[in-house]
Amino acid sequence: MTELRTHAAEIAEQFSDHVDVTEDEVETKLQQLVEEYQVPVDEAKRSVRNSYLEEAGIDRDDISGDGNERALVNDIDEDEQWVDLRVKLVDLWDPRSDSISQVGLLGDESGTIKFVAFETSELEQLDEGQCYELSNVVTDEYQGTYSVKLNRTTTITAIDEEIEVGDNSETVEGALVDVQSGSGLIKRCPKEGCTRVLQNGRCAEHGEVDGEFDLRIKAVLDDGHEVQDVIFNREATESLTGIELAEAKQLAKDALDTSVVADEMRADILGRYYTVTGPTLGRYVLANEFEQHDGPADAESVLIKARSI
Amino acid sequence: MSESEPTTDGDVSREVAQRVFAGEFNDASYTFKESDDDRAPVYLLLPTGEHANRVFIVGTLTETEDVGEDNEYWRGRIVDPTGTFFVYAGQYQPDAASTLREAEPPAYVAVVGKPRTYETDDGDINVSVRPESITEVDAATRDRWVVETADRTLDRIAAFDDAGNEYARMAGEQYGDDLSRYTQTVVDGLETLESTDELAVQSPTNADGGAADSDDTAGDAVDAADPSPQP
Repeated sequence: MTELRTHAAEIAEQFSDHVDVTEDEVETKLQQLVEEYQVPVDEAKRSVRNSYLEEAGIDRDDISGDGNERALVNDIDEDEQWVDLRVKLVDLWDPRSDSISQVGLLGDESGTIKFVAFETSELEQLDEGQCYELSNVVTDEYQGTYSVKLNRTTTITAIDEEIEVGDNSETVEGALVDVQSGSGLIKRCPKEGCTRVLQNGRCAEHGEVDGEFDLRIKAVLDDGHEVQDVIFNREATESLTGIELAEAKQLAKDALDTSVVADEMRADILGRYYTVTGPTLGRYVLANEFEQHDGPADAESVLIKARSI
Repeated sequence: MSESEPTTDGDVSREVAQRVFAGEFNDASYTFKESDDDRAPVYLLLPTGEHANRVFIVGTLTETEDVGEDNEYWRGRIVDPTGTFFVYAGQYQPDAASTLREAEPPAYVAVVGKPRTYETDDGDINVSVRPESITEVDAATRDRWVVETADRTLDRIAAFDDAGNEYARMAGEQYGDDLSRYTQTVVDGLETLESTDELAVQSPTNADGGAADSDDTAGDAVDAADPSPQP
């Protein structure tokens, strides 16, 4: 499907209840504007939409949300989809750009997702802790992480309910194919509220500090179809490797080198199969629960599959 | 979310480790890149129609030898139910090299690594694995790998004729499109597992109405069970 065709489908869908319109017709109109008159795609969409609004004698607001699906934030897995959300504003961050009016975290029962609202959309300001129904937001993807963008057509309705925000819990399975740097015995910045991992004794925020030892593993699970980064915190690392913090410190002391801890752990876990369950944080799944697969796999069903080919 | 150290070590689009038996891997010889960039990943084209920049293999390390002249260069033979993988680790793979140096074959090992091809003086292409890591594992992990690799191989065979399967089209051009020997490779691999012993007993005759005599065409079923030696 071409880009224009996708936009055409979206517009046709929006107006399908109001006027007699086909994708082809919308596409032709878009094409004329974009290809013949060199109008930017966004402006062309806007113009075509307006022409149908006029034809149908309706307001922009009446079509907002039409044909959108109410989505759970943790189910969003496609770019440029129009969705409706029922969410709580969990956190507001400082916008890094003048063009951004608000940026932060929205949450529903499935988990949380980043949102951005732009100055040009001229939307009302959202309040932290308040729950909303948001119609007509657009999904966005950056390096495998999804977010939503509020836009000019987004309608915001404050609702008088409390939404329990979930933790984006996911379960992933695969062979542990890599233990990344920054694993094993690490030092964290001791300053209050800062838990940054020190690089050569330095905190990126607080400079040279006397760090506190911690254990963690940053690993990659690979099931042959896709890869997933996972993080084991101290507790999970201890139970995964059987190496406790005190022992890890002793190992490092004896070797005069902290990297021996990660080496030891690598030997214990690389190349084994695991299932990991936990909340997602950016591109990581935090391993709240995990299990090593050491039982027999179901060879017979695969053998049957082989014989049926 | 206070943890915000840069994640420079995480390659954003890390390549998946393909699961492939030695019997198929050693038949591969064609490598290619998908962009002109010098650092673009090199892929080995697998005969069942997949591109592999990384593989995950588990098998029995049967032999290690330092084949280096000036520097250490370790070769390991890793055997799976269908053939032998060769892994080579030298000074640029210090961890893997030291694992090979210290290993006491026979032992089950898991290897994550990159496929490498090498043209011999006779013009043959040899394919080997340059390990990123080698670790000793247990028999259960090996068995699980055999089943998983069988399953992934079957998935590739099943998708071979799909419209738009670009790598299958390439594989067909490079290696031909008769995949029956790889189906056989899968069956061979699975039959070596203890858990399939009972099924394995039935297989040579394939006579008593087992799963292979399903609604598939008789010709395919016969091919798959053909016990004649592979070329």
